[in-house]
Amino acid sequence: MKIKKIVVVVFLYLFNYNYSYSIEPEIFVQSTVNRASKILSESISKEKKMDELKLIAKETVDIRGIGFYTLGSVRKTLNDDQKKRYAILFEEYFLKSFSSRLAEYTNPEIDVQSKEILSENYTIVNSILKGTAERPEVKIDWRIYTKNPENPLIRDLIIEGLSLARTQKEEFSSILNSNDDDINALFKTLEEFSKN
Amino acid sequence: MIKKILIIIFTTYALTVNVIASDDGELILKKNDPAEIEDCSENFNRATFKFNKALDGIIFQPIASVYRKLPSPAKTGVSNSLENISHLVTVPNNLIQGDFKQAGVNTGRFLVNTTIGVLGFFDVAQHLGLTGFEKEDYGQSLATLGVGPGCYIVLPILGPSTARDTVGSTLNFFGGDPWYNVTVRNDTQYFNEANYYSSKGVSGVDFRAKNFDSIENLEKNSLDFYASVKSLYLQDRQQRILNTKKIIDTQDDSDWEEISQ
Repeated sequence: MKIKKIVVVVFLYLFNYNYSYSIEPEIFVQSTVNRASKILSESISKEKKMDELKLIAKETVDIRGIGFYTLGSVRKTLNDDQKKRYAILFEEYFLKSFSSRLAEYTNPEIDVQSKEILSENYTIVNSILKGTAERPEVKIDWRIYTKNPENPLIRDLIIEGLSLARTQKEEFSSILNSNDDDINALFKTLEEFSKN
Repeated sequence: MIKKILIIIFTTYALTVNVIASDDGELILKKNDPAEIEDCSENFNRATFKFNKALDGIIFQPIASVYRKLPSPAKTGVSNSLENISHLVTVPNNLIQGDFKQAGVNTGRFLVNTTIGVLGFFDVAQHLGLTGFEKEDYGQSLATLGVGPGCYIVLPILGPSTARDTVGSTLNFFGGDPWYNVTVRNDTQYFNEANYYSSKGVSGVDFRAKNFDSIENLEKNSLDFYASVKSLYLQDRQQRILNTKKIIDTQDDSDWEEISQ
């Protein structure tokens, strides 16, 4: 009888634990966007904004996953040391590129509108970047990896139907093709981008 | 005239890699997959891209930077007018693609906006329920008929294209574009060549102004700007041909799952 009670209590605890910590993808996106908007509307330097945006990206984006997806089939030819080096270089490149792109916007207003559950692992969250006097409204879809519901991660941004992950993959592929698939050429390009 | 059109259609088939007609969406999707489209003359394309970029810096970028400062109603009106003219190519392509319902809607839009909407400056038709306009062209129609894209091409001034889309565009000059017919081809007392070329020029400026920040941002943050533009253009064409806004790529979970392990 006592064991049964303990099992019930443990079960209820686990159920509540899971329930209270799982994050709905659309809430995750809206909260991420709100955090970024708050930083962008603050009266601080562009460099400070970029530093704070990098922190948000580290928490919310699957940088390692995007990096290896972007590399395409070449990733299968890398040894462990090259993989480690690539992961470090890609993260530096991604964070600089991501924060630099976002820092150009001042107080962007993004409204999450709907979501489409693709599978247990993926949900697409649909949102709209409101138009201003200088640019039209933009449709942004967020591909969210939900395998761990407590820690959803962004894996792609699809702007007006155009995938940023795919664009980056084809950009990297072009660099590798121009250099006989020499990964060191890509390493050099990534290093140069991050330094400049 | 018919002979010319036949020659163009024949050339399209000769230029494109895969000419087997199919209404299978999967096949059209695969044929137009950006990863499958070859950059046959990359060196030449890169040189043309460089030329276009220089031209943009001298002409389009400075004009667009001034144009985007115009009051919103003026810019919206200009965009509406240009969109109204593009109905003239869209409607025949709706028909070729078998989309008769949208052809009817777009014809209604053109008639209402040209008259009540003062030459298309105001989009009155949308308030009458005539919505859902998406530009269609002969390149898209050829794709839906099963013609493959052929090689990727960068055209001087006009920018990114494919062999199929280039041939599709030339159909506009052989009777396929009523706006070209009444301004350049035929000697009418109401319009002249200047109307056609100025509408094309303003269209270029309008596009550049709408995407001003995005283009500057992309160039600044790209490792290979040429490759980025090529990818975005081919993705956009694939979406337009399929008439979908659905996310096509990166849904292959196996690729991601392998990475996650």
